[in-house]
This record gives sequence, C-alpha cells and structure tokens, in this order.
Amino acid sequence: MKLYLLPFYTLFLFTMSQVSYAQINLFACEPEWAALAKELGGNQLHITSATTAQQDPHHIQARPSLIAKIRRADMIACTGAELEVGWLPLLLRKSANPKIQPGEPGHFMATKQVSLTGKLAVADRSMGDVHAAGNPHIQFDPYRIAKVAQAMTARLIEIDPDNKAAYENNLNNFITHWQQSIHQWEQEAASLRGKSFVAHHESWPYLIKWLGLKQVAVLEPKPGVPPTTSHLSKVLAKTEKNPPDFIIYASYQSDKAAKWLSKKIGKPAISIPFSVSEDETLTHWYNTFIHQLSEYDK
Amino acid sequence: MRQTLLVATMTATLVNSHQVFADSETETIKHQLDALKKEYEQRIQTLEARLKKIEQQQKNAEPEAQKVATESEQNNESSITSALPSFNPDISLILDGQYAYYSNDTQNYRLPGFMLGAEAGLGNKGFALGESELTISSNIDDKFFGQLTLAFSGDADNTEVSVEEAFFQTLGLGYGLTLKGGRFFSAIGYLNEQHAHAWDFADAPLIYRGLFGDQLVNDGVQVTYLLPTDIFMQIGGELSAGDHFPAAGSQNGIGAWSLFFNIGDDIGIEHSWQLGVNYWQADSIKDRKSNFLDTTSLFNGDSKIASLDFVYKWAPNGNPINKNFKFQFEYFDRHEDGSIAANNINSNYDGHQYGWYAQGIFQFMPQWKIGVRYDQLESDNSGSNSAVLATTGLLNSFSPKRYSAMLEWIPSEFSRIRLQYNYDNSYQNSDSQLFVQYTYSLGTHGAHQY
Repeated sequence: MKLYLLPFYTLFLFTMSQVSYAQINLFACEPEWAALAKELGGNQLHITSATTAQQDPHHIQARPSLIAKIRRADMIACTGAELEVGWLPLLLRKSANPKIQPGEPGHFMATKQVSLTGKLAVADRSMGDVHAAGNPHIQFDPYRIAKVAQAMTARLIEIDPDNKAAYENNLNNFITHWQQSIHQWEQEAASLRGKSFVAHHESWPYLIKWLGLKQVAVLEPKPGVPPTTSHLSKVLAKTEKNPPDFIIYASYQSDKAAKWLSKKIGKPAISIPFSVSEDETLTHWYNTFIHQLSEYDK
Repeated sequence: MRQTLLVATMTATLVNSHQVFADSETETIKHQLDALKKEYEQRIQTLEARLKKIEQQQKNAEPEAQKVATESEQNNESSITSALPSFNPDISLILDGQYAYYSNDTQNYRLPGFMLGAEAGLGNKGFALGESELTISSNIDDKFFGQLTLAFSGDADNTEVSVEEAFFQTLGLGYGLTLKGGRFFSAIGYLNEQHAHAWDFADAPLIYRGLFGDQLVNDGVQVTYLLPTDIFMQIGGELSAGDHFPAAGSQNGIGAWSLFFNIGDDIGIEHSWQLGVNYWQADSIKDRKSNFLDTTSLFNGDSKIASLDFVYKWAPNGNPINKNFKFQFEYFDRHEDGSIAANNINSNYDGHQYGWYAQGIFQFMPQWKIGVRYDQLESDNSGSNSAVLATTGLLNSFSPKRYSAMLEWIPSEFSRIRLQYNYDNSYQNSDSQLFVQYTYSLGTHGAHQY
C-alpha cells in the first residue's frame, strides 16, 4: 500500500462506518414488508427479510441466522394477527433486543394498522389452523397496503426523526405512484369480476373482495390441513357439474392437488407468487399476478 | 402429600370454574362483563379520538396519501381493529402415552460402565401413560417472561407431579444479554433444552440416559450473551445449586457450573446449521446415589463433562412444511474423580465415560416422517478396590450400542402418532423394543427451538 494514500483509506473507512451507523436496521418477517420498507425508507434503511415468497410464513423455524439478525434490528415489520405465532415470539425472546419488543416503536405489525376480515367469535382447533384475530394475508389488498405504508412511515419517523422529510417525501412518491397503479390494475382486472375459482388455502379473502372474485371451494379440508383424497373427491364432485374459471394456489404451496383438479376439470391452475421475489418491487409483483390472473384463459 | 394437595387444589379449581358457568353465579359474571365492556368502549373512544387527530395531521402533511386511505375506508368494516387484549397466560397441555414391548425383562436393564440415576431405567411394559405436561407461560411485563411446566407421571398406584421447569427470563435486556433464573433445563447439549415431547424418538439417547438420567436440570441462573455479529454466536454460563443428578448434595450453595458456546448460520436459502461446545463441572459432589441391579452405591468427588453438538437442517427453498431433513450429532465425555462406597466398602474411583449418538430425520411428505438413530457408549473406569467397582457395574469392557428406527404420522402440528423400534445392546443381552406412542398438544402451543 502506498503510504500517501493512507489518509484517504482512513477517511473512506470512516465514512463507510458512518453510513452503516446512520442506517436503521429493519427486520421484515415477510418480503412484502421488506419491499414496502424499501420504498419508504430508501437508503436510510438496511433491510433483511426473514422469509422468501417460496416459504410458508406460518411455518418458519427460529433458525440461528434469524436470531443473529433480529438481535441487531432497530425495527421489525411483520404481518401479525398470529401469522408468525410459531416463530416470532421465540425470536423476540432470544433477541435480547429491547427496541423491538411488543409495545416499543420498533415493533410494527401491519395487521394492527388495518381492519381484518374473517375474525372468529369462536376458534377451535378442530377448525384447523385458523386465525381468530382475522385473516392475516392483507398483502393482496392494495388499499390496505397504502394504509400500512402511512403507518410505517409514521413509525420510521418516530424511530429516526432526523430523516423525517425524506420519509415523508418517499411516502408521497410511493402513494402517488401506487394510486396510479391501482387504477391500471383495476382496469386490467375488470374482466375478472364475478369469475369463480377454487383455492388451495384460505389465502385470498382480500383479493376476492378487491377484484370481485368468487371462491367456490378450497382444496384443504381445513385451513393448514393438507388436501385429503376424500375431500378432493368432494371438491371434484362439486366442481365437475359447475366448473370454476380457474384454480389458484400460492407459490409456496404444494401444486399436486391443484394440478390434479386442473387435469380433471380442464381448467387452468395458476401459481400466484405469495409475496415479492428478491429485488422485486411491490408494483412489479402486483403487475405479475394481476397479469397472470387476467390472462388465465390464454 | 404436598403433591396430592396440589392436584386436589387444581382439580377443585377446574371443577369450580365449570360450576360457575353452569349455574347461579352467571349474574355476577354478567355485571363484570358489563363493566369490562364499558371500560373497553371508553378506551376505544379515546383511541378513535387519537386516530382522528393523527389522520388530521396526516391530511395536512400528505394530501395524496389521505386520498388513498379514504378510498380504502370503503373496504373496511371499521377502522379500529385490535382484538381485545388478553391478559391470560398461555396454557399448553401435552398428553403423551405409549404401548411398549420389550423382549427382555425391564428390571434387568443396565448400562455397564455408567452409574445411573434413579430415573434412568426403562419404562413399563404394555400400555403406559407417558409424561403429561402442563405448561403455563406468559410475558410477565415488558421486562420478564415466565414459564411453569409441571410433569405428571405414574402408574395405577401412585401419581407423581414434578416441577419440570419454573423460570423467569429477561425480555430485551439489551446488549445481547439474557438472564434466566429458577429451575430450567441446562443449555448444555442440543437435545437437553428441549422437552421430551419435542424429541424425535420416544426415548433419550443412551449418553443422556447414562450421564444425566435423561435430562440435566438446573436450579440456578443462566446468563447468555448474543454477539452482535452477522452469524449467530452465543456464549453462556450457568450456576446451579447442584442438587440434581449427576451432581448431588453440594454444601457451598453453588454445586455446579457450566459454560457453553454456540455458533450457527444458513448456507444459501436451503441449509442451516448450528454447532455447540459445552463444559459442565460439579465439585465436591456428596453421596450421589446410584443403583446397579440390587446394589446401591454412593459417589463422592468431582465430575467434569465436555461435549460437542452439531445440527444441520435442510428444506427445499427453505420451506420445511412439505419436506425437510435434519441431522443431529452429539458427543459427551465425562471424567469423575473421587470415591465410591458400596456395601460399606470404600474404593478410590477414577472414572471416564464417553459416548455419542447420531440421527437423521426425513419428512418425506407433509404428514410423514421417518428417522434412524445410532447410539454408542464407551467407558474406562479404575479404582483401588476392583470388587467395589465390579459390584457397582463400573468395571466392564462392554460398549453399549443401540440401533433405532421410527415412523411418524403427524395429522396436524398438534398431534403425532409414532412407531419406533430399537435393537438395544445396552448390555450383553440384546433387547428388541417396540413403541407405539401418541403425543397431543392442547391449547396454545409455544414455538419450538431450532
């Protein structure tokens, strides 16, 4: 190393460390919240997602790598409504991190910011793996996402008030763009209104409401219970007489049952990415599945 | 007596709570509910007021954002959403039982070279209730978490209730530190911290049976420090009274201590692993009782255990629900130095026992798992009076071995039926063992460790 460069190296290293210190560490439980945080936080945030779109967020293990990540988080952004009940509480306890415990500003639950459908007055395990607090899969409602975006911005400002202006600016840009996109998606999906489908799991109540779809049957006999032969034959009997327009299942779910039914009734089975892929934006992800759905018969 | 009392009280409470709902006291409850309702209504009103204020502020700040939010309002049933908070602790009940077949007489069971604790034998032949577990846990406040696990076991003649774990643990203490105190399973070894119902086989590995009487329990404190590193690294230590096997009757308050270090990470998205090294020591153990056939022996002296554990997991796309594989290996090495007394004769004793097991579990489709396990133990003990060592089963060149295989059906995450076969060479007469075991989990069931 040339000695005269030393001060420059030192300066470089110093600024690097400054940058990494200034950043807020955000731990997202699901990729959709990581993508949203990226829109809203920009360079102020260092974001990690605990899961990918290929993983079932109900069934994640509290792996050592996740404990190491959540230990250094300044904020977590998760779905809540019991979606992560099998792993997040354990991560929180193991984290030894005061900033992200329930009640702290760093503990952000998306479902707490919006209303949920499918709340249950009575929940019993014989009903399967149900969420008494309501259906947590809100990422398929763009309006709810907008609400979550607002709340997340407020939270980011609370945690990092120095960058208030930047966060507000990001939110404005995101909402403007998001609103235009919603308009486009609604136009593209207008032909889907009233279409009927069979789902693998109760993953779509928000999508159904938004696009005016009709769910006629579910391949799982009970939420979280894999399809059984007897249940599938019931679904087949029901759908043979009155075939739905298509069958949908989430990217992380087994495609066996959906493809089997698709073959039997001659209707397409569509694998919808359940969340954002790596390095994808929320808008791109919405574009993808709206396109997939509206082109189902092509 | 105390235990009977506890059971009686618990039963009484359960029965009483039923009657309350069944008959005349409904009025009181109605009043209480009304009061609660009023309180919540008030709270919701304040919340609504606050929300309005915030929305007003946001309106001024971001008109665009507000527009979308108003539209979304049409989709919403109401804008206040949080469910009623619940202050009740989580209650989880594990029901466990099995049918067991052993080709040998279970009374003859022994593990040559190892001094076994009282609980280390085999279970009963035929139908038997396993350990039913009742766990009550909750965040105590924003600083502490608490958990109590009671284990119920026994046969027709007597019922035993034991406090398996009763501990508090700090929540988000900061600086990577966590403090735990009370009675808890030691963090020494990978399997040790897990409750028996979370194990992949119906019985403990032989080395756990030989060294700990299945599980090492501490009455004491534990401190762990989680390093602020990219990969998971944790150092921890424990101090305990040392009155649970394999320590015993310590005089000076702190009878045993331990240190452990864990490191772990992911490799890509599909693989993850964790490695642990552990050390445990108990000095001046006093009169530790062991049984070998008809002879009861007492050990006095020091005991040191070093161990290594490794776990590797794989799941396609890192999504374990449909298919996954787990490999697990643990090695323990114990040195003991002191004296042994049996039939009123004393002998100096220098003991060395070590052993390992390795197991692989494959979930090949959503509700099915298969697994295999291999156990092997060795010992190298010596003493001044070999007759004493011989009558206590410590002088033996035999190496215990065991082969196990199991098949599990898991209808949901709350139920499991297991079929397990062991070819057990714990001692010279090999034993064929067969278990049909059920495990059910009722109520809120907490997350399982990695």
